[in-house]
Amino acid sequence: MSLSPQSDASAIAPATIVPSPARLAVRLDWLGVLPFLLFALLFLLLPTGCLLVGAFQDAQGHFTLANLSHLLEGNVLAAYRISLEVSAVSAAVGAVAGFALAWAVVQGGLPAWIRPSLLTFSGVAANFAGVPLAFAFLCTLGRTGLVTMLLHRYAGIDPYASGFSLLSFHGLVLTYLYFQIPLMVLIVTPALEGLRQEWREASDSLGGTALHYWLHVALPVLAPSVLGASLLLFANAFGAVATAYALTGSSLNIVTILLFAQIRGDVLHDPNLGYALALGMILITGLSSAGYLWLSARAHRRQA
Amino acid sequence: MKPASRVGAWLAIATGSLYFLLPLFATFEFSLRMRREAYSVEAYRVVLTDPGFQSAFAYSVLMALLTVVASIALVVPTACWIELKLPRLRALVEFITLLPLVIPAIIIVFGYLRLYNSSSILPLTGNARATDLLLVCSYVTLSLPYMYRSVHSGLRAIDVRTLCEASESLGARWSTTLMRVVAPALKSAIMSGAFLTFAVVIGEFTMASLLDRPAFGPYLQLIGANRAYEPSALAIIAFLVTWAVMGLIQVVTRNAGGAGARRRTPGA
Repeated sequence: MSLSPQSDASAIAPATIVPSPARLAVRLDWLGVLPFLLFALLFLLLPTGCLLVGAFQDAQGHFTLANLSHLLEGNVLAAYRISLEVSAVSAAVGAVAGFALAWAVVQGGLPAWIRPSLLTFSGVAANFAGVPLAFAFLCTLGRTGLVTMLLHRYAGIDPYASGFSLLSFHGLVLTYLYFQIPLMVLIVTPALEGLRQEWREASDSLGGTALHYWLHVALPVLAPSVLGASLLLFANAFGAVATAYALTGSSLNIVTILLFAQIRGDVLHDPNLGYALALGMILITGLSSAGYLWLSARAHRRQA
Repeated sequence: MKPASRVGAWLAIATGSLYFLLPLFATFEFSLRMRREAYSVEAYRVVLTDPGFQSAFAYSVLMALLTVVASIALVVPTACWIELKLPRLRALVEFITLLPLVIPAIIIVFGYLRLYNSSSILPLTGNARATDLLLVCSYVTLSLPYMYRSVHSGLRAIDVRTLCEASESLGARWSTTLMRVVAPALKSAIMSGAFLTFAVVIGEFTMASLLDRPAFGPYLQLIGANRAYEPSALAIIAFLVTWAVMGLIQVVTRNAGGAGARRRTPGA
């Protein structure tokens, strides 16, 4: 999907060298965005594009589909599966929990000070990802974490004895939720604020129950923004590296960690496998983001 | 509001607070336990006096500041130019600025390593200074969604076309208009974009680690793998830094015409 802006950018280039006096003003106009387009080309589009090309080349630069067969190897497939599962579960739970929190502050009849507090905290927590987040969860639910100890001492439950581990699928999902839920709150709160009081009143005066209102009025209106936001959450979790790496080292086999190790040369170095991994990641995040763009365009049209 | 739904709302907030505050409390409590006998701020003292922390943090602050300056210099003129002269490119530029949210950082940096390796025409990974430059460029790329959105909504709130025409009719050049008319009017939008960029960049791990630069993110990871109490102190420090930056954003957007701008939009 990064190919289309590239071809747009190259389509611009001929226009700038057409030596027609009538088009002088037009030609100068393009110069204003040239630095930006050049920067985007050098540091965003070309780097991504060269990986896409590399995925279809062998070591000598000839065209091949052999790299893609790496994607079907056992541990690579398993890594993709775990990554997809972690992203999907953390996006789904994050979307539901974030929606519940946003609903509570917008329509729950709570004291007015709670809404700005929640939004400010969400702004902080959505950006509090990466290595420090992993530390915080190790202190909380790690083997000697505070909550683990408290549960053991006062409730007689030892989470680790019953198979829980922070350095596992569930632990990773629980940790990702710390930035997924706030992100959902930030995206969905404006959409909930867009629901008009009159709609609820109209539904009530026509004899509708709360369930009718939610099923036939609120949810259909909100569906594009909620689904779109969930896709964004999915892409967000799928591309995350730092939190997972700091939490589990390389013990959990997810795609970003595999690619990270591949680039660092920690594992048997095979650049073509790296390109194939990158291609798969670009396809998956690209598709979910295209879905997000489509849905958010629909959401804007609904609310306009 | 019906009592049942209010109970539900309180329940949601209570569960949410528990989930979000417990890790912070647990981390803080753990960070105070470095001395066996009693709570102390020993871990913070050890961290703050560690030369490794000081150099990594200073390096990341410097990189973040350079990123903020470069990002403003790249985004503000482009956004103004699009708004004033080339509105038909708006969709393309907006699309490009959203791409860094779509393409994971690890993909972008992998592309750099392939494109700018020491045997390429532009060997930016060849020496340390060139790699610093590449790191700043990668951070500017990461900052594009935040900076562009912020500046773009700022431009929407002021009547930039009239301002620029007034400035031009008084004989000002484009650069003068940009520096003396547009930039001051966009101050709060630029500032909030800048702070958000700073927050994103200061603890960034993936780019810095794979470009092998001594930044704060990789330092955090290294300490986390080797020490017991210091990581929790560092997590609290990182949280406070993020909190401070977000607080500053609230201050600049509240003070500088944010409310006035919002009031003007429906009429426009």
